[in-house]
Amino acid sequence: MKKKILILVLVVALVASMAVAFAGCNKDKDRFTFGLICLHDENSTYDKNFIDAAKAVAEELNVKLVIKTNIEESSACYDAAVDLVDQGADVIFADSFGHEDHMIRAAKEFADVQFAHATGTKAHTEELANYHNAFASIYEGRYLAGVAAGMKLLEMYPDATAYKMGYVGAFPYAEVVSGYTSFYLGAKSVMPAGKSITMEVQYTSSWYDPDKEGTAALALINNGAQLISQHADSMGAPNVCEEKGIPNVTYNISTKATCEDTYLIGSKINWAPYFKYLIEKTQKGEAVEKDWTGTLTNDAVQVLEFGAGVSDAIKNAVAEAKAEILSGERKVFDTATFTVTKTDSLNTAATVDATGKLTAYQADVHTDPNFQIIPDTQVVENGIFMESKFRSAPYFDVRIDGITEINN
Amino acid sequence: MHNGSKQREPFFHIAKRTNLQPWKAFAIRAAAVVAALLVSSVVSSIITDGEGIGEFFANLFDGVFGTERRILNLFQNTAILLCLALAVTFAFKMKFWNIGAEGQTLAGGLACVACIQYMGGKVPEGILILIMAVCSVAASIIWAVIPAIFKAKWNTNETLFTLMMNYIAMQLVACCIFVWVPSGSGVLGVLNHGHFPQIGGYNYILNIIIVALLTVLSYIYFRYSKHGYELSVVGESENTAKYIGINVKKVIIRTMIISGAFCGIAGLLLVAGTDHSLNTNTVAGRGFTGILVAWLGKFNPFFMCGTAMLYVFIDQGARQVATAFGMGGSFSSLITGIFFFFVIGCEFFVNYKVKFSSSRKFRIRQNGTQFPQGGVPAAQETESAEKVKEVNA
Repeated sequence: MKKKILILVLVVALVASMAVAFAGCNKDKDRFTFGLICLHDENSTYDKNFIDAAKAVAEELNVKLVIKTNIEESSACYDAAVDLVDQGADVIFADSFGHEDHMIRAAKEFADVQFAHATGTKAHTEELANYHNAFASIYEGRYLAGVAAGMKLLEMYPDATAYKMGYVGAFPYAEVVSGYTSFYLGAKSVMPAGKSITMEVQYTSSWYDPDKEGTAALALINNGAQLISQHADSMGAPNVCEEKGIPNVTYNISTKATCEDTYLIGSKINWAPYFKYLIEKTQKGEAVEKDWTGTLTNDAVQVLEFGAGVSDAIKNAVAEAKAEILSGERKVFDTATFTVTKTDSLNTAATVDATGKLTAYQADVHTDPNFQIIPDTQVVENGIFMESKFRSAPYFDVRIDGITEINN
Repeated sequence: MHNGSKQREPFFHIAKRTNLQPWKAFAIRAAAVVAALLVSSVVSSIITDGEGIGEFFANLFDGVFGTERRILNLFQNTAILLCLALAVTFAFKMKFWNIGAEGQTLAGGLACVACIQYMGGKVPEGILILIMAVCSVAASIIWAVIPAIFKAKWNTNETLFTLMMNYIAMQLVACCIFVWVPSGSGVLGVLNHGHFPQIGGYNYILNIIIVALLTVLSYIYFRYSKHGYELSVVGESENTAKYIGINVKKVIIRTMIISGAFCGIAGLLLVAGTDHSLNTNTVAGRGFTGILVAWLGKFNPFFMCGTAMLYVFIDQGARQVATAFGMGGSFSSLITGIFFFFVIGCEFFVNYKVKFSSSRKFRIRQNGTQFPQGGVPAAQETESAEKVKEVNA
């Protein structure tokens, strides 16, 4: 009997508390709402970067922020997006490549809500006024990190003539290829005459897998890599580097605190400028660019802090290279700085002269149906591969000499 | 009555319950759910530095019933989970530990996507969906029946075998996506063909109807068919089954074909009804969660509707709480964990009763109807006697 009464009392208490709570609900439905959809949560360095920027901007602009984490690249993304619409979101942003189609589906359904997506490729060809892509010329940041990496190797092994770096990549996709190539070119740019540098790339086939990333880093180190960088989102590679005493160049976050002996430098996309732009344009009712590219100039591309004990020579070299990129004097993908080998299966869209110099490249800028690759745009202009010019998401997928993909 | 009251009795003891009335068993489970929610709300309040318990419940229910679409999602997710739970029930009832529903569903999904890839746009949509259904079911049956044949013929360990088949299916999916998507992004976008039609302007309705039908069919199969009887006999005792002339090998293989077919339907629902795409995580662990759902539902398809919905309710609700409180993904896992700790733990109290020696009730029972000191008012006495009856019941 007592038990039954207890249960009854609990149920009544429950219902009462719910009623009270519901009554207090939905009080700020009128406030401008910014919805953020993330593939993982703060444990992923990639997503944390978006979350931190969104929180800062929401506070600055005094808008309501709703973050949905751990949203799969499936109909879960569509469900999350339309649920945010139901909650009164005015702008919805998704952070992962595989979210794109689901965001487009939601955008078609809700024409009065703005949808934006990082790393996507379809906004400039989809005829949708409320769907937008954004990315940054992060290759500039990676190039500068590469400059620091090259200098570090020269300092560590002054007598060597050949250096080797390792790179843990997620997928053999243009975004990753563009990233590691710019990193490599940065390191190569500081090599004096008579010294050479090579790099090996190991893919993990996952954007976030601490174990795989750690294992890949270890394999690269065992293969002779003297420095590691990565384009994958966990702490897997940095932790292995710390354990093995191998310098590490990060992406998205500084690991100075946790990997104090081996953290060298890193680069990241700062999403705050875009979030601010997106929200302010929407608030004013103005059109948002279909394809927005952040750069070093507008602070969307950032070089992270230097690690402990990094020499002034390295800092100066990075500062010098940065100044040259900002002034336009130096271009990251200057075709004079690398050579390309064309084979039947590799670099088929490239035109290469007798010295191996890339003279023309037909890139696949406009996404084609059925996942086909149909090259459509000439992207080499005046000896420069014009990355980020024709769309914000990277399309540099040339495999240049000096870099070996181990498991493609 | 004896004077040796110094003799110490154990603080409590445990006795097996027999003939527990169904409503009481239900009350115990309901109490566990309520207790789980209360503990979850307190834990949530602690780790979020004092977000109100009311807020917790508001968001929990808001996350599941807050909008029309959320209610639809509740049913849609329940349908998929229930379909997988039904699939494993066939195997589990004959004590064939099929923990490969994940891979079997993925194999079915992969077959669906292959159909769309190679036939999409070339045949009418209705026929394409039929072809997808056939291929999906066939692929899943192959994935399920391989371990079954090995078990039937060579008595291999089906737990390990079905588990391993999951990984093969995942790698196969990754490999096919790599071939189909030459850009190397590893993402198969939304496919334009082979979508289930919307019913009444809503997504997912067909999924829900199909699973509802499957639930009824499997109930009839278990309850009224000869096959259903045979598979429970095999589950109870293989030797008995042999003795009464049941061909055990045949039953194992036949039942796994059905189990696989259900996974194949789940694969079809996921590709044609929900995602219109595929990745290695499309099934998202539901092949394993289905086992929990089936077990909690006592392998009864109708009870399993309830347990599946309960799981989806707490999962969907806890995610909304996590979103509202700005917590990461681990938060909803934590709440789900607490919830199932209670729900599974309460089965102990359904099967056993705990008697505390120090309680008055117990002493009354020890001493008959007499009270140690006597002089207890009559009204109280009847109330206590009532309690004794209740305890004895």
